[in-house]
Amino acid sequence: MTIATDPHGAGQGFRVGQLISDTRYRSYTFQFIALVLLILAFGWLISNMFANLEDLGQDISYEFLSNPAGYDINQQPIPYTSQDTHLRATIIGAMNTLIVAFLACATATVFGVIAGVLRLSNNWIISKLMAVYVEMFRNIPVLIWILIIFTLTANVFPQPRDFRGEEATAAPLFGIIPVTNRGIYVPAPYFTNGIGAQEIEPGTKVTIANSASSANWLIVLAVLAGSFFAARAITGWADKRQEATGERPKTWAMILATWFVPIIITLFALGLHWDIPALRGFNFQGGLLARNSLIALWFALSIYTGAFIAENVRAGILAISKGQTEAAAALGLRPGRVMRLVVLPQALRVIIPPLISQYLNITKNTSLAIAVGYMDLTGTLGGITLNQTGRALEAVLLLMLFYLTFSLAISAIMNVYNNSVALKER
Amino acid sequence: MSDTHAQSVAFVRESEIPPAPPPVAETGALKWVRENLFSGWFNSIMTILGLIVIWYLLSGLIPWIVNGTWEGENVRDCREILQGNGGGCFAVIAQRWEQFLFGFAYPDEFYWRPTLAFLLLFLAVPPALFAMYLPRWTLIATGLYPFVAYWLIWGGSILSPLVVLLGVVGGYFAFNAGERRFGFALGLVAALLATLAIWWIGGTIAGEFSRVGRLEAVASRDLGGFMLNMILGIVCVSLSLPLGIALALGRQSKLPFIKGVCVVFIEFVRGVPLITLLFVANVVLAYFLPPGTNFDLIVRVVIMITMFSAAYIAEVIRGGLAALPKGQYEAGDSLGLDYAQSMRFIILPQALKISIPGIVNVAVGLFKDTTLVSVISMFDMVGMIRGPILSSTDWAGGIYWEPWAFACILFFVVCYGISQYSQWLERQLRTDHR
Repeated sequence: MTIATDPHGAGQGFRVGQLISDTRYRSYTFQFIALVLLILAFGWLISNMFANLEDLGQDISYEFLSNPAGYDINQQPIPYTSQDTHLRATIIGAMNTLIVAFLACATATVFGVIAGVLRLSNNWIISKLMAVYVEMFRNIPVLIWILIIFTLTANVFPQPRDFRGEEATAAPLFGIIPVTNRGIYVPAPYFTNGIGAQEIEPGTKVTIANSASSANWLIVLAVLAGSFFAARAITGWADKRQEATGERPKTWAMILATWFVPIIITLFALGLHWDIPALRGFNFQGGLLARNSLIALWFALSIYTGAFIAENVRAGILAISKGQTEAAAALGLRPGRVMRLVVLPQALRVIIPPLISQYLNITKNTSLAIAVGYMDLTGTLGGITLNQTGRALEAVLLLMLFYLTFSLAISAIMNVYNNSVALKER
Repeated sequence: MSDTHAQSVAFVRESEIPPAPPPVAETGALKWVRENLFSGWFNSIMTILGLIVIWYLLSGLIPWIVNGTWEGENVRDCREILQGNGGGCFAVIAQRWEQFLFGFAYPDEFYWRPTLAFLLLFLAVPPALFAMYLPRWTLIATGLYPFVAYWLIWGGSILSPLVVLLGVVGGYFAFNAGERRFGFALGLVAALLATLAIWWIGGTIAGEFSRVGRLEAVASRDLGGFMLNMILGIVCVSLSLPLGIALALGRQSKLPFIKGVCVVFIEFVRGVPLITLLFVANVVLAYFLPPGTNFDLIVRVVIMITMFSAAYIAEVIRGGLAALPKGQYEAGDSLGLDYAQSMRFIILPQALKISIPGIVNVAVGLFKDTTLVSVISMFDMVGMIRGPILSSTDWAGGIYWEPWAFACILFFVVCYGISQYSQWLERQLRTDHR
């Protein structure tokens, strides 16, 4: 089929046959055909769509986003009532998606690293136990795990009334964290001083109702950031001293003080109080409620993805040749430093790219929330809003765009990081 | 030696001393235990923790299995038999196993049909999986299987799958003839035309004789249970493999337009969760079809899952293509092969071999993801458990773990089996001698 380009033919002008026979032009022919086919296919689909919409008497419009939603959402990071718009419901759904994705990524990393390292352990029992964990979770669908853990939280955990009275059959964890079949109640921190503080008459009880605004968390965040930079400055100063004098000054006490003293003073000055959940009526009141839908989704996703991360971590550590460890030991580094300075930086380079795709998988798998009634974006926009308004095209398009943007953004950020740790080859 | 002692030697050992047994702590089980379980204080703590965990798991699991009952009509019978001894009520599996496997709507007098199709799978799959040990002609069984299985599971006249089969065979011969005469691209066009012609002619004939070889037809919406997971998994993986190869080649192509289209498709599909694609299949896809057409939900779901896994397979194969040394591409060119030939004979065989572990990972993931169809109210294994089984009056309340354990075992067996096969295949295909 390939006909070599004839060097003499070039001067003889263009013939139509060359569109097929000449490799220089053939690629344009193929691409043109592909373009025409694609346009035809899309044209067909879109004309079908308009015909269908006309038949149904619908149009494409996003006005439904500004109509009142009329349904309740059981986990509200920002205030919401059923009178608020579909747009606000969508935003709350997106925030819930991000909350569970962030939590699950964090814990999955912890599970994964622990299991991956322990699977390489010399201890036969531990390594086999971890192998069983990894194989079990990798080979059973995550949806089944989510549902199993949801069933567990809803049916095995005690009911709130079991905590009542003298003959209570259940007791809160550490005395302050009741684990019930509705979810886990956690003490909620709040401030009495600082931004938005109210005058409290002496003798009135301090409650979350008369607390200062939650903008105080920005102050806390700023103080922590300050501590971070101060600690880095101290390390830098120690490095300089070491280079100049050969002796490294002892810095751990200073660094500890930099981290803890400012934040403790700040929290004290802001008047940190804890809203501790207490049994009132049929249920616990106060504190933050992590509903069992959140718990099930969070725990199932992190333990399932943890199994995959464990395999990545194991592969990363095995990829570092034993010579590296031995060379570092020959230089006189102690085991902790061998791990920190030689093995981990090289292993991370292998581990991070698959880790990124696991994080993306978690984010996409949070959409399984719909199976346990956690109100994430798929539950609000893709679930109730879609069913109430009947705007399937628009809702699904928005849903896909959100996940797509988020996935592309995470992979872009992670790629930047990945490039910064990648092997610098000359 | 010096000769001073030459006369003083009173004893010369003539045989070797039999070797003493090594110290007890250095042999056998004791040594193994010492080195592997109690080599240090940290290791000892870990061992003890591990033993506690195992004890805790087994102390719950063993009574549950051993004391469990397979008798009883409903959950109340179970409670009576068990008397709270911690056993499981496996009666739910004994009573409802047909629903777990086939769904609740599949006519029970036809259960033999999907069962037979499943058994035939063991005839049809080995020729493809163990191609190096079985003669080539056995692949005919693999090729025939989809049509036989379709006929068995869905029923209807045997003529319609037969016509589809004839179309495919005709297309194959047309491609062979066309490729020899006009080249790859025109060969494909010839194959397409021949197939469509045979389908069109055969379709009209089959319509006339629709009573020939007729099995009672079963509607798609009546399929369910683990059977639905298997059907979706097998169909979508088989369909997405060629599509994935095409997308991977497109993404590696030098033609910017084709490359762009493939990149956008792959990145779009990989960026959204499968559930949104299933929503598309459920509520959106109908908008894009000509007014009045009514596709089966199962066909729409197959289309979307195939697209989904094709994008992932494409990325895996792209990795394989990128891992080949540039010399292989140049070798193909220097032999005078055109693009289609060098891909078919040189590049793809090697690239696919490298990609096998990745492709199997995608296949296992896909099989697990078929459970998501329960979200759009199809009654697959998970859908059956959540819906008709756990909410039936017989089994509601008190039964949770037994159905889920059954589902876990089925999925584990299949997925673990596939991944073990892929590891075996990797060893078989390793042509470098290490």
